[in-house]
Amino acid sequence: MYETQYHRATSVEGAARLMGEAQDGKYLAGGMTLIPTMKQRLASPSDLIDLRRIDALKGIKIDGRKVRIGAVTTHSEVATNEELAKICPAITSLAGHIGDPQVRNMGTIGGSIANNDPAADYPSAMLALEATIITNQRSVPASAFFVGLFETALEPEEIITAVEFTAPDKAAYKKFPNPASLYAMAGVFVARSGDQIRVAVTGAGENGVFRLNDAETALATSFTPSALDKLSVNPDGLLSDLHATADYRANLVKVMAKRAVAEIANRPM
Amino acid sequence: MARVELVVNGRAVKGEAEDRTLLVHFLRENLGLTGTHVGCDTSQCGACVVHVDGMAVKSCTMLAAQASGSTVTTIEGLGANGELHPLQIAFRENHALQCGFCTPGMIMSSADMIRRHPNGLDEATVRAELEGNICRCTGYHNIVKAVLDASDKSKAAVQAI
Repeated sequence: MYETQYHRATSVEGAARLMGEAQDGKYLAGGMTLIPTMKQRLASPSDLIDLRRIDALKGIKIDGRKVRIGAVTTHSEVATNEELAKICPAITSLAGHIGDPQVRNMGTIGGSIANNDPAADYPSAMLALEATIITNQRSVPASAFFVGLFETALEPEEIITAVEFTAPDKAAYKKFPNPASLYAMAGVFVARSGDQIRVAVTGAGENGVFRLNDAETALATSFTPSALDKLSVNPDGLLSDLHATADYRANLVKVMAKRAVAEIANRPM
Repeated sequence: MARVELVVNGRAVKGEAEDRTLLVHFLRENLGLTGTHVGCDTSQCGACVVHVDGMAVKSCTMLAAQASGSTVTTIEGLGANGELHPLQIAFRENHALQCGFCTPGMIMSSADMIRRHPNGLDEATVRAELEGNICRCTGYHNIVKAVLDASDKSKAAVQAI
C-alpha cells in the first residue's frame, strides 16, 4: 500500500470539508473493497476520510413499510434486523449472503452502492425496490444512480447518507455466487408491489446492474416461474470472463429469475 | 503517523504507526502478538481474524488507525487464568488442526459464531459460517466437529446456570 493520510470524520459536513482539502481523497466506509484495492496498489488516495463513526449515517429506521437504512449500516446489521425481516425478508437475506461473516461485519450498504461493483448484490435490490439514494446534497432515484461499471451519479465530494425505499408486497433475491470469490456471477432481485413487477440483474452486465424488462412483462401476465420458460436473455452486453461466458451468464440470469419467482410463490406471506 | 490507542486483550495500549499500517501488522509487530496470522493477505483465508468491539473482522483488511479507540481480542486473549478456552480444548480433542496456521482465525471466527447462536449450531450452519476461513490440511471435517462440540458444551453450560 502506498502512503496515505487517515482522517476520522465525526460529521458529514466535516467529512465533506476534509475531502475538499485533500489532494486526491477517498471516502472510507467498511473498506472491504477499498483497502484490498489499495494493498494491490490499484488505488493510491492521498487521504482516506473515514465515515464509519459518523452517528448520522448509522442505523435502520422503519415507519410502516417505509425503510431508511443509514449509509454506514453494515451487512450484518441489515441481515439481523428482525423488524426489517418482517416487511422485506429479501433484503435481509441478500445482506446475509454477501461475502463471508467477517466481511459482513465491516462492509456497509453505502460503500457497496458507491462502489457499484458489477457483481455486488445491493445495486440489484436498489433498482428493483426503486430505492432513493440520499446524499448530503440531493436525492437520486436508483434508476439514475447506477451509471456504469464502478460508476455512479455521485460527484467527487458527495456522500451517501442513507437509502430509502418502500417495502414491496413480495420480493426475493437469488444469486449464483462464484465459488471462490463469492461474488454473484448472476444475481436477480424480483420485487412485486400490486401489479408492478420489477426485475433487476447484477453480476452479469458489462455496464453493471440493469432491469430485465422482458422478464417483467412476462411476469405481469402470470407471476409464476413457468412464465419465464420462453424468456430469452440476450447475451449481448453481458460479461464474459474466465468464470463464465456471456451465453452461460444469460442462462444463469434466467435460472436465477425463475428461482426468485419460485421462492416468492412458495413463501407463505 | 497515526496515534493508535486500543484495549487489546483487556490491556490498554498506545502506539504510533504509519497511517497505512494494517491492524494485523500493528498487533504482530508493535504489540508482539504473533498468534494472529497473515495468510493470504487478501481477506479470503481468515487466518488474521480478531474481534474488534466484539465482532469478528479480518485484521489484514482494516487499518490500525481505523480500529483506534476500539477493544480488540486476539487468540492470546481468549483463554483466561492460564486455562484454554473451550474452543481451544475442543480443537485439541477433536484433532481439528494439523499445521495449525489457520487455527487462530478458525477459533476466533468460531467464538463469534457461537456467541451469535446461543441456542446451538448444526453442521450446515457451521460450514456456512466458516465460509471466510480456509484450512489447507484437515478438510474441515474435524474443525466442524470441534465447533459443534464447543457449541454443545457452551449451550449446556448456559443451561446449567
